[in-house]
Amino acid sequence: MVQLFSTVRYCFYSRLHEFSITQSILAIALEKANSAEARRISRINIVIGELSGIVDDCVQFYFDFINKGTIAEQAKLSFHHPPTRLRCRDCGTVFTPHKLDWTCPSCHESKVEIVSGRECYVESIEVE
Amino acid sequence: MGVKVLTISEDILGANKEIAKRNQSCFDKHGILSINVMSSPGAGKTSLIRQTISRLAGKARIAVIEGDVASSIDAEEIHKYGVAVVQINTAGGCHLDANMVSKALDNLSLDKIDLLLIENVGNLICPAEFALGEHRRVVLFSLPEGDDKPYKYPLMFMQADVLLLNKVDLLPYLEFNMKAFHKAVTGLNSDVAIFQVSCKTGQGLEDWFSWLQEQLRETKSRHNA
Repeated sequence: MVQLFSTVRYCFYSRLHEFSITQSILAIALEKANSAEARRISRINIVIGELSGIVDDCVQFYFDFINKGTIAEQAKLSFHHPPTRLRCRDCGTVFTPHKLDWTCPSCHESKVEIVSGRECYVESIEVE
Repeated sequence: MGVKVLTISEDILGANKEIAKRNQSCFDKHGILSINVMSSPGAGKTSLIRQTISRLAGKARIAVIEGDVASSIDAEEIHKYGVAVVQINTAGGCHLDANMVSKALDNLSLDKIDLLLIENVGNLICPAEFALGEHRRVVLFSLPEGDDKPYKYPLMFMQADVLLLNKVDLLPYLEFNMKAFHKAVTGLNSDVAIFQVSCKTGQGLEDWFSWLQEQLRETKSRHNA
């Protein structure tokens, strides 16, 4: 008899998606610092686009919690947020949308693709 | 010792994407078509899956992964239809990630599945960011949510292969501007297939089933090639 029903439970897992994102940030920074044989990490420079839906304060909150006992314990997090930039698929104009209005300012069509604003990466770390 | 800057430029979601790739290879190896079903809570994901199971009974072997913050209500419901189902409880997590799906696959007999429907956690934001290894992304959107949502949650609509506009039977009772909604969605995503459906009355669902069966045929011929 094939078992048809099973449950996988995650306890104390991510409360918000920022938790798993913060874990990744720390893992990436520690790996790079360790391979450079750094003594400590003083800063982590993170690039998170406006559209990525990741909240700085939330990342900071989790970071302060999970960095204990690591060489990133004193590290400052520095966030850079590239603004949303869109390209009109009709006339090619690249523009920054005003709030929820994604209409092209040149031809007034709303056929767009995202040029920037979805970034989500660790740019660099500063180590000693 | 002075401060040194080490350039990294590494994708924060890179680890998830790697696992997602492995999941997809696993699906491909077994000839499984995997579909990530995403929507707000209450848009009708479970109803859609129920309807799909009933309609494709005997035509495709279906398995379901249910993602919910807590409870196994959905899995119990789907289980009544006699298909293999794995419930993932994210314990507060607002989306499924590739690792959770990978773990869930351990509980399924992959050789006996043609179609894997992955019901994501009800949320229009985070699931758009986390690839699971799915072949196709289906966004279910219900009329009561309002026609302005594509502008508020653009990523979700941009990445959809299919948009099922559910609860169309409620149209006479709502101030939902269908033309404005279509304009917003196709503006963000010119390739998306849009089907107007009602999972309650069955209206329009044949278009969805046809699309799905076409995808299943393609998957099968790729696998047998």
